[in-house]
Order: sequence, then C-alpha cells, then structure tokens
Amino acid sequence: MGCGTSIAVENQTRPSETDGSIKQPSPALTIKAAILIQRWYRRYVARLEMRRRYTWNIFQSIEYAGEQDQLQLSSFFSFMLDNFTQINGNGPDLISHLLDSVVDPLTEEVRQLKQEQIVVPESYSGPHLSFPLSVTDTNALLCAFKEEQTLHGKYVLQLLYETKKFLKQMPNVIYLSTSYAKEITICGDLHGSLDDLLLIFYKNGLPSAENPYVFNGDFVDRGKKSTEIIIILFAFLLLYPDHMHLNRGNHEDHIMNLRYGFTREVMQKYKTHGREILQVFQDVFSLLPLATVIDNKVLIVHGGISDKTDLDFLSTVERHKVKSALRVPKRSIDDLSVRACSRSSSRHSGRSRLDSPHTSGRTSRASRRRKKHCTKQGSCSSSSSSSSSSSSSMCSPRVSSRNTPRRPPPSPSLPSPTDVLQVPFLDSFVSLEPPEPPREELEWQQVVDILWSDPKNHNGCSLNAFRGGGCYFGPDVTQTLLQKHGLCLLIRSHECKQEGYELCHNGQVITIFSASNYYEEGSNRGAYIKLGPELVPRFFQYQVSRSTRKLTLHQKVRVAEGSALRALKEKLYAHRSELMAAFQQYDIDNTGRISTSEWAQVVESVLRLDLPWRTLRPRLARLGADGNVEYKSCFEDISLGELIPPVTPNLAETLYRYRTDLEIIFNIIDKDHSGQISIEEFRQTWKLFSSHLGVAVNDQAIDDMARSIDFNKDGSIDFNEFLEAFRVVHKLDVKEQQQG
Amino acid sequence: MADKYNAETIITETQKRISNAFDVFDHESNKTVDVREIGTIIRSLGCFPSEAELHDVIAELEEEEPTGFVRYEKFLPTVTKILLERKFRPIPEDLLLQAFEVLDQQKRGHLEPEELTKYLTQEGEPFTQEEMDEMLSAAVDPDKNISFYWQDGHPEKKQNGALTTGWMKWGALIPRQLWQEHLEQP
Repeated sequence: MGCGTSIAVENQTRPSETDGSIKQPSPALTIKAAILIQRWYRRYVARLEMRRRYTWNIFQSIEYAGEQDQLQLSSFFSFMLDNFTQINGNGPDLISHLLDSVVDPLTEEVRQLKQEQIVVPESYSGPHLSFPLSVTDTNALLCAFKEEQTLHGKYVLQLLYETKKFLKQMPNVIYLSTSYAKEITICGDLHGSLDDLLLIFYKNGLPSAENPYVFNGDFVDRGKKSTEIIIILFAFLLLYPDHMHLNRGNHEDHIMNLRYGFTREVMQKYKTHGREILQVFQDVFSLLPLATVIDNKVLIVHGGISDKTDLDFLSTVERHKVKSALRVPKRSIDDLSVRACSRSSSRHSGRSRLDSPHTSGRTSRASRRRKKHCTKQGSCSSSSSSSSSSSSSMCSPRVSSRNTPRRPPPSPSLPSPTDVLQVPFLDSFVSLEPPEPPREELEWQQVVDILWSDPKNHNGCSLNAFRGGGCYFGPDVTQTLLQKHGLCLLIRSHECKQEGYELCHNGQVITIFSASNYYEEGSNRGAYIKLGPELVPRFFQYQVSRSTRKLTLHQKVRVAEGSALRALKEKLYAHRSELMAAFQQYDIDNTGRISTSEWAQVVESVLRLDLPWRTLRPRLARLGADGNVEYKSCFEDISLGELIPPVTPNLAETLYRYRTDLEIIFNIIDKDHSGQISIEEFRQTWKLFSSHLGVAVNDQAIDDMARSIDFNKDGSIDFNEFLEAFRVVHKLDVKEQQQG
Repeated sequence: MADKYNAETIITETQKRISNAFDVFDHESNKTVDVREIGTIIRSLGCFPSEAELHDVIAELEEEEPTGFVRYEKFLPTVTKILLERKFRPIPEDLLLQAFEVLDQQKRGHLEPEELTKYLTQEGEPFTQEEMDEMLSAAVDPDKNISFYWQDGHPEKKQNGALTTGWMKWGALIPRQLWQEHLEQP
C-alpha cells in the first residue's frame, strides 16, 4: 500500500509520513476529525434544505398569485360581458363572442353529422379511431403519442361528442365499490405531463376491468401534452365506463384554460378544428362528475370541502350549468337598485387581491362572509379604505376593514342589509343592493368549494384568499362532513406536494398529486394511491427524469432554485417603478442604499408575496460596503429586448407586467386564430384594459406603437411578434451560457 | 439608513433574520415548527453545532410536555442569544482541511469511499446511512471512485490574503460559490 514518494503532498504543517508505513491516527484525533467533518457536512445539508424550502415557497407563492390575477381578469371579463357588449358603440363586439356559451344555431345532431363528414387526408399518418372504441384504439393512441404524433381533429371531435353523450347520463357523484378484491388506483393532478401518465401506466398497468382507476382532476393546463392526456383518458373512459372514472378539477374550466395553456395548445395543434374542439371541451368539462365515493367510505374530490358541502345537495346540482367556476351566476342588473357613489382616488398600485390589501392568504378570517368572485357582495367602502387597495379591483368586492372581526358574521348565503355591490367603472362607482342568492348561486358555490378548497390545520372554515376561490377547511370541518355521511377518508388533490402525497387532519385527508417535477426538474415526486377492500391506502411514488444521470441533491436544488429566482426577479422587474418609488422614499439622501429591513419591507408590500425576503436577499440584491442594500441591483440582471420606438421604458414595463393578460385578450379577439388583429381592435383592447387597471397611458403613444408594430402597413398586427418584444432576458443566464 | 454599529439595530436585524428562517419552516403559518427541523433552521442561520449541542438546544426549546412542535415565542429569544453570543461558530477552512488530513494518513490527497464511510459512520457523531449515501453521491468522483479533498496535492497559494485550498475537486460537494457564501455569513 505504501509507495511513499510518488504521492508527495507538500506543505504539511504536521510531520509527514515519508517511509510509506501507514500509521493510524490516534483515536482521540480521529474522533475529533470525524466530528468536525460531520458538523460541517450537516450544516451544509441544512443550508441546502433551507434553499430547497424557500425555492418551494417561491414557486407556490407565484403560482397562487398568478391564480389570483386570473380571477381578477375573469371577473373583469364577466362583468363586461354581462353588462356591456359593445364598447364605443360602433366598435367591434370585443367580448361577447368569448366567454358565454355560444348560441349555436346548429343542433347537436347536425354538428355531429358535419363532423363525420370531415375527410382525413391520405397524408395523415396518425392513428385512426373507430367507434365504439376497442383496445386496439387505445393502444394505437398510446403508441402514437409516444411517437409524438397528433390525433386528427376529426377523431378528436368524434371522441369528444361520444364522451359528452356518455357523461350526460352520469350523476354528479359516482359510487364505486372494491368488491372482488379489486384495488382501485387513484391519481391526482397530471397537468399535461404525458410522461407521468405513461409512467403510471407502466408501473401500474393500463386501465381495465381488473385494474380500475380514478383520476382526480386537473388533467390539462401548464404541461405541453394536455391534449394527449385528455384524449387518452376519455378513450379509456369510453372503453371501460365502469372501471375508469374522472373527477372534474378546477382546471377543467375554459377560462382557466385561456391563461394556463390548454387553449393555446389546442389552437396550435388543431388549426382548422381548434375552435370547435374547444367549444366541445367547454361542455365536456362541465359534464365531468364532481365526486367519487368508494365503498360509501372514501370521498374523492379535486379540491376539498367547506362547511357548506353536502353530498345530497351536491347530487342534485345541475353541474353542466357551471361552465366555469370563475363566472358567478349572473344576476340581472335590473333586479338591483342602483345607487351611485363618487369615485375614490385611484392609484396605480398594482394588482389588488380579492381580500384586504395585505394578505398572506393564510390567516383565518373571523367573519365567514361568502365571497363571490364577480362582485355581488361587497361593501361601500369609504374613500380612505378604498385607497388602500388598488384601483384595478374593478370587479372585486372590497372588504373594508370594518367588516371583519367585530361584526357578527352574517349568514353566509344571505347578504347583510348594509352590504352593497360595488362596481367601479370608468368614472363612477355603481352601488347595487344584491337580493337573496338564487339556487343557481348556491349550486355554483357548492361546485367551487369542491374544486378550489384547501385543507389547513386550524379549525374552522375561512375564505381561501390565497387562491381567490374556495375555502380553507380545518380538521373539524372534515370530521363533521365525514361523520355526516358515514365516511372515513377524504382524498383530494389540487396542491403540489414534494413527496407526491401528504396526509393531514389526523390522517383523515390525503392529498395526492401525480405530476412530478411540477415546478421544475427535481422539484417533487408524483404519486398514486392503491385502495383495496380493507380501505388502507398504499402509496406509490415516482419521478420522471429527463437526465439519465442521477443528479446530486445539490444539483437538483441549484436547478430548482435558479428557476424560482428567475421567476422572482421577473416579478421584481415587472414592478420596477413602484419598487423604485418606494425605495427612494427611504433613501432621502439619495445614496442608492437602504437598510435590509427597509428593502425587505418595500419588496414585501409591493409584491405581496409572503416570502422570507431577508433570507432571499443575497440572491436578489447586492450589499454596499456599508452593509446596506444597493436597491437598484435587484433589477440589474434583467433587461428587455430591443425596444421598438416609440415605446418608452415605462410603457415597456407596463406591457411586460401585463403581457399574460394581454395575450389572453388577444387570443380572444383573434376570432379566426390567425395570429393577427386589426389596429383598431388593438387600440380598443388597450383602452379597455388600461382603464380596468387604472393605468395612465398616453393614447397617442399606444397609437404610435401600434402603427410601428404594423410592419407591413396593412392595418393589422402580428401580436405574437408584439409579445415577443416584451420577453425578458436574464443577463446572468446569458453569461453562464457563454461561459459554459 | 441603519447605523450598523447600533446595538439595538443589530438585535432587531438578527431577530428578523431568525423570523424569516423560522417562517420558511412554519408550514401552517401558526408560528410553530416541527421539532425535527430545528437543527436545519439553526444551521441555516450560520451555526455549526454538533449533534450533542443541538440536543441541548432542542431540550431548551421543547415544551414541558413535548408536543413535537416548537413555538416561536420560545424559539426567538433562545436563538437570538445563540446568534448574538456567536455560539457554534463556523469551522475555519484550514481546520476542516486538517480534519481530512488526519483521516488521510498517507497524505494521498484523497480518501477511498470505504474509508470515508468507515470513519464517518463509526466515529464521532455517526452519520445515518442516508447521510452517508448522500455525501458519497456528491463527493465521490464517479470515474476514479475516490473522493478528493485536496487538489493534486498542491494547495493553492494564498490569494487576497485568504488560503484558497484545493476545494475545486470537491466541486460537487463544496462548490466554490457555496464556500464563499459560507464565509460571508456573519
């Protein structure tokens, strides 16, 4: 073993062994050395764990904040759609062809006939389906999708029409049994991740009479293979109607799809038939059952429950009428008496939340007021309280601080007499007194609670301000419901969990999530449950890995963290002017620096993300020599691409911030999905949108910009190009790529 | 702007740091954390306690009737004291290096995974199998199946007054950046 001289190590402060004989270190010294290394390593791991945790927090916060933004947008649309179908009289009918169920002159039969007449070209090399479906068809689909093929629009439509017919005869709540010693497999959110679905089928076998499955919602959005997943699931549904069951999730909702990618995916893959396909999806989604019960003991719903949940009532709900959880059942404005309030001062202070200004979203509210997403309850807040939330709350009810704790909570479904609907629009607030909620609304409420709620560990049931929809329900609520219906377990999904599943409420609630690497490569595992007649759940975890080499913990954390921080930096950038204004308020002497405390305070109050800002500070901003934060350094890493004149940096920032919303609006306007809209439409869109946001933008600047984007001067804008201009570049990434 | 040398400010700043770190692990937002995460939180704040020292701290933080949770009201004052008194100070890099050298009596500049495992799972405050596996996966050079702690046997010369040691090879385990951050911690 000893060959001495060839492995010489210099510069030893201790006597080196030159003769090659191995001398064991003294036991005492060994122990000390070992302890030192162990101490050091454990600290290293702790730091990694901290990074992993806050990375997770960042992803979740941003995700939920995004969902809240979505609700803002939807409530805006809903309001506009309900009450104003034409803007500027002679302008195009911007919104009406969007969100409402299209009054289709063709009957179902006629439409189906038309679809049957679609000719599949010879050149098509994908799978052909024949109805009624057989195992050959499902196998063909699986093979084809593995090969990255696309199913022809004709078959998609056929599949959807058949599925719709089938689902119409299903009840809202499906009762299953585990007789014949069959184990039922329960899967959670898939979110367009075909790899995860295929992995589940690989590990657990395909659905069949011997291998029944329940898929608990959120099949689409976010991932790139939502269409493939939903096609496979529907195909198996038709093939094994007694052994394959799908619950509706909050993303089986056409308004959510507009923002989270499914609409875009369908339109990209199906240029000819996309629109019709989306319309049928709208119906099919609303026809999906809401809950599944196994052996009368285990309840499976996508989100959760509330203290109002009642399975008997739920069974009677007309579920197909709730096309989207984000559209409150319409109350005619005529029913409401109108009073005008003067407009309060508006500030361009960013997005408001549906709840009080500063919300971490997690504290339970003492008052149990039912929150309607599009407005119908609210309070006529005085100008002082309303100025604390932003003017962009066009359609969101303002909960003035008067309404929390001290008042006795009014009955949730009946508005208190002093509640008024507050609907600010353009120049004045319109105050309306809401009548008693009709049955339609109660039904809608039941559905929303099922699809959007989250369990929390404190007792009680409070509004889920974090998400903007549904409730937080405590162990007592769970206990009550389970007892009421003689159940023993609630299985739900809706929340991403690092291990793919999580138990809470003393084991009475299980969250099951089946999309691995949801936030980022390595962020989390996926899992599914197998439940046999003894009703003891068994969990199976997995993780799809793109890289063949196993990443070390450190590498995984680094990748995920990088992604999270990029998203966070973009958020900082999007609120740059607001942040700078607030920073400068603390920096009276204009030194460019403020204390860490001040920095953290500003960022938290502007971004309204409940994150450990001090812990994150080293990743986001630099310290000066005096130990204070150089606040401008937060924005250093990001730059926009080339700005098209006459776009000013301010305008650029605004457009960047609202680009997702703009994209959605553009998609709506672009009826034929050509990627082009007219300048007039663009101008109107912008006007509408900016008044909704309370953004002060020079009309002339917009006009100039629109015209300059119209490169070929034909009066239309390619808005994809337009949006491209507002993508940001992360300079650090670029540098890394150049070095690497 | 904060006066860095103001004692009160230092205490407040420290407490806010502690609060932030605590919040990251406060999953239910009810100002409690699982007692099993205490070690992680304290270490992430810059402390290097041994397991024994950590047990003492936990004992101090736990309720009279242990609930499995630690409340913020108890956590804050205890940990503030720890940080302000600078208990459990970081390990200087040359000391850490010497520790590795002690185990590497032949002065080869590396350790075989088996040796590392033997020492770290049997001596001192032994690693669990999981801890050992993770360290090996990060630290072992897959081609040579040994774990380096010393680059080519030649320590880097002193640069900027600091001894930059051969941590390059230890890259996966202690990337330079992480080490730098570690040094930056107060």
